[in-house]
Amino acid sequence: MHDLLTVSDSGLYCPAGDFHIDPWRPVPRAVITHAHSDHARSGCGRYLCWTTGKLVLRERIGNRPIDVLRRGESVSMNGVKVSMAPAGHILGSAQVRLEHGGITWVVTGDYKLQADPTCEPFEPLRCDVLVTESTFGLPIYRWGDPAAVAESINEWWRENRDQGRTSVLFAYSLGKAQRLASVLDPAIGPIYAHGAVMRLVKAYRDSGIRLPSIDQCTRETRKAGDGRAMVIAPPSAAGGRWLRTFGDARAAMASGWMAIRGVRRRRGFDRGFVLSDHADFPGLLTAIQASGARRVLVTHGSAAALARLLCERGLEASVLQTRFTGETVEAETSEDVEAETSDEERGEESGGDPGDAAGDAEPVEVA
Amino acid sequence: MRRFTELCRRLDATTRTNEKVAAVRHYFSEAPAEDAAVALALLSGDRQRRLVTTTELREWAAEAAGIPPWLLEECYATVGDLAETLALVLPDPAAEEDSDGPPAATAGEDGLASIVRDTLHAMKGLDAAERKRIVVETWRKLGREERFLWHKMLTGGFRMGVARTLVARALSELAGVDPATMAHRLMGLSSPSAEDFTSLMAAEGAATDRLRPYPFFLASPVEGGPESLGDVGEWQAEWKWDGMRAQLIAREASVAVWTRGEELATDAFPEIVEAAAALRERIGIDCALDGELLVVGERGLLDFQALSKRIGRKRLTKKLLADLPVVFVAYDILELGGEDLRRLPLSERRRRLEEIVPERFDPRRRAAADGRLFLSPVVDAASWEQLAAVRAESRSRGVEGLMLKRRQSHYGFGRTRGDWWKWKVEPLEIDAVLLYAQAGHGRRATLHTDYTLGVWSDGRLVPVAKAYSGLSDAELVEVDRIIRRTTLEKHGPVRVVEPTLVFEIAFEAVARSTRHKAGLAVRFPRIKRWRRDKLPADAGSLADLAGLLRRPDDTAAVCSMVHQRAQT
Ligand SMILES: [Zn+2]
Repeated sequence: MHDLLTVSDSGLYCPAGDFHIDPWRPVPRAVITHAHSDHARSGCGRYLCWTTGKLVLRERIGNRPIDVLRRGESVSMNGVKVSMAPAGHILGSAQVRLEHGGITWVVTGDYKLQADPTCEPFEPLRCDVLVTESTFGLPIYRWGDPAAVAESINEWWRENRDQGRTSVLFAYSLGKAQRLASVLDPAIGPIYAHGAVMRLVKAYRDSGIRLPSIDQCTRETRKAGDGRAMVIAPPSAAGGRWLRTFGDARAAMASGWMAIRGVRRRRGFDRGFVLSDHADFPGLLTAIQASGARRVLVTHGSAAALARLLCERGLEASVLQTRFTGETVEAETSEDVEAETSDEERGEESGGDPGDAAGDAEPVEVA
Repeated sequence: MRRFTELCRRLDATTRTNEKVAAVRHYFSEAPAEDAAVALALLSGDRQRRLVTTTELREWAAEAAGIPPWLLEECYATVGDLAETLALVLPDPAAEEDSDGPPAATAGEDGLASIVRDTLHAMKGLDAAERKRIVVETWRKLGREERFLWHKMLTGGFRMGVARTLVARALSELAGVDPATMAHRLMGLSSPSAEDFTSLMAAEGAATDRLRPYPFFLASPVEGGPESLGDVGEWQAEWKWDGMRAQLIAREASVAVWTRGEELATDAFPEIVEAAAALRERIGIDCALDGELLVVGERGLLDFQALSKRIGRKRLTKKLLADLPVVFVAYDILELGGEDLRRLPLSERRRRLEEIVPERFDPRRRAAADGRLFLSPVVDAASWEQLAAVRAESRSRGVEGLMLKRRQSHYGFGRTRGDWWKWKVEPLEIDAVLLYAQAGHGRRATLHTDYTLGVWSDGRLVPVAKAYSGLSDAELVEVDRIIRRTTLEKHGPVRVVEPTLVFEIAFEAVARSTRHKAGLAVRFPRIKRWRRDKLPADAGSLADLAGLLRRPDDTAAVCSMVHQRAQT
């Protein structure tokens, strides 16, 4: 029997249902796990996503038809039953369940098991074959309590404010930025955000997520909040002229990669907060076990190591080769992978392949 | 231990000197003398004994973490630092802990000194099973950050990246003495006791060991031409010797030889000690000289490699002393007859130096026959152009270039820019192709920054140099991506890549080597720039490299890629 999912030139493909999951090129039918730009490409014919992710996805892909699935709903695509459940990664992130010929596959997309006030918690799904991410699939990655991390971020902000310094916190513009905003203590001072973050703050609010008052960072607000404010910005803004306009500021980064001292030091931030929207190593093992899957396909990050470990523990595990290596430490900490890197790569890709560019001449998304 | 962990966290979290000084000052103002003495030794980078093998540690940690050994190795390859890797994989003592936040509440109540005594010193002479018991027990007591530091001490690799001048500054502020005085008090102070620390902090002249060296004054490289330094007449030029920087302290009772790394090297150079004692007797007063240790062979100067052979030996044989005779070439005097001369202008110090060590060094002379202590000659020139012409002869003279010292300058400490410059000869260069790449350590653990590069020989690329990347952070990231994309094979942390990247490498010299496949080795190779404009086919060849041999006939002088240097 053929696998329900294979990897085509355009990404993860379901031959029986004739649709792609998180395709990296424009395809007629795309099922999207979440709106991060290395999962949600613009230019597809039709999109299917989890109900709470529609507005965020809209912000990313523009004016294309988006269908949604809610809890308990499913849709049949050429006889393949497709349903979804929350993945806990960012607002609207979901796992995709495919049922066909008595076999169930689940594609987790990106996920985490930690609590996050800005999205629905991860729900384990039972399946025969699990396609799991493994961005942080090594035992060195073990997250602490997010509430404690939030507390140390607020404490850092307070310390800076007491010394008359602006705090600049770098984080993914989609997901992490809003998650951080939701745990900041607005009693400490005003909160500002970079324009890239603001657009998504609006999409979150429109989706019903409660966030403290955040203003776009402009020349005026900069003056008003000088020495007291917390500014949330995408990593791509780090090191640029933009940051220097804050005068005496302290910069920090919130990311899972900050668990490693060498990464913290190399990036030269004053602080590194270990906070990730991905599952840590114990989280990955918990989710894999909860799925009950006999066969596990691992993708992104430390896929080879995790697959080998799973094999040693008696599962049928292998690496699922995808084009993107996922959110590597460099991508995340030096550029805004969500907004820029992947698009840049995509631009290169279509530039080098005239056939593809001619096929569906959708303009490259500029974030 | 918690107070010290907090200090390390604060040092780690900032690149600002003032904040580092404040953190160090804060620590020493609070820590009990017993802990402070241990912390001082650690911050000063005193060499520590390795108490357990890293193989043992890895094994025990994998067991404690419940992971297979190969997975631990995989983690190590990602993190790039064993102490940190182990700290990260070990199960937490407390359930919750923010690795970036303050230490967990349950851990590290014991003082630094008692931890060192009870867990490190206690381990000496124990068998593996007993050492394991102590290690596992200590793991249970310490938080993640504390374990990291403890692992560093355990494996003898504690390095916090704090400059000595910074520690000296912080302590001088606390003690209320001049930073130069504090730096001198700190020189050569190894494994200080609580009493040592207390006397270190004494306001005025507590008895310090009089054989201790003065802090070395270091030179900075001249950027661009020396014309910006102004009138050539204000400067004293000397050869920049390719030896080992050292201080010779001659007192009535005894003599000490200190290297720049603050190693006491008296025992390695008996002939110098003898000559210094003779000098002391002749002039009748104590003195402290700054200069260079050099090996002078049958045919003139030997390179640094020869000198490290002398340092490296535990026992000096007669043959070694005869084969590798050493001289001390003095270029400065710091103390004479109990008077500290460091605040005098160089011209005045030079006058006094010439009085007691009159004989100018000439490398063409044989050492043993003519003496051991020499004066480093001044290179006279009427203009910068003339000086540049003399400098061009450096390579053939076996020196590295020129030193430029302001005649009016004091003898400072540390690398204070402005008065002492090194004007080295331009390095040799060749374009080479990247063959293997390995992830860096520490700050660059997740990037491939260690490159093995090759040049052409009979249509094949042969490795000739291993160089740590000198690229910018942005370029490193870009090169790292290409390395990942063009990997042909992976052997542990080493990637064999498709030859696509060409780099211009700079190096000091080429020598024959039997240890390298290419038969040649380059000295101090480093990457100068990425030649995006060149294809692998454009890279240099082994024949090009052979053409740069310093002494084409001298196969005995084996240079290799020695990274440790003594000279500034
Ligand atoms: Zn994502």
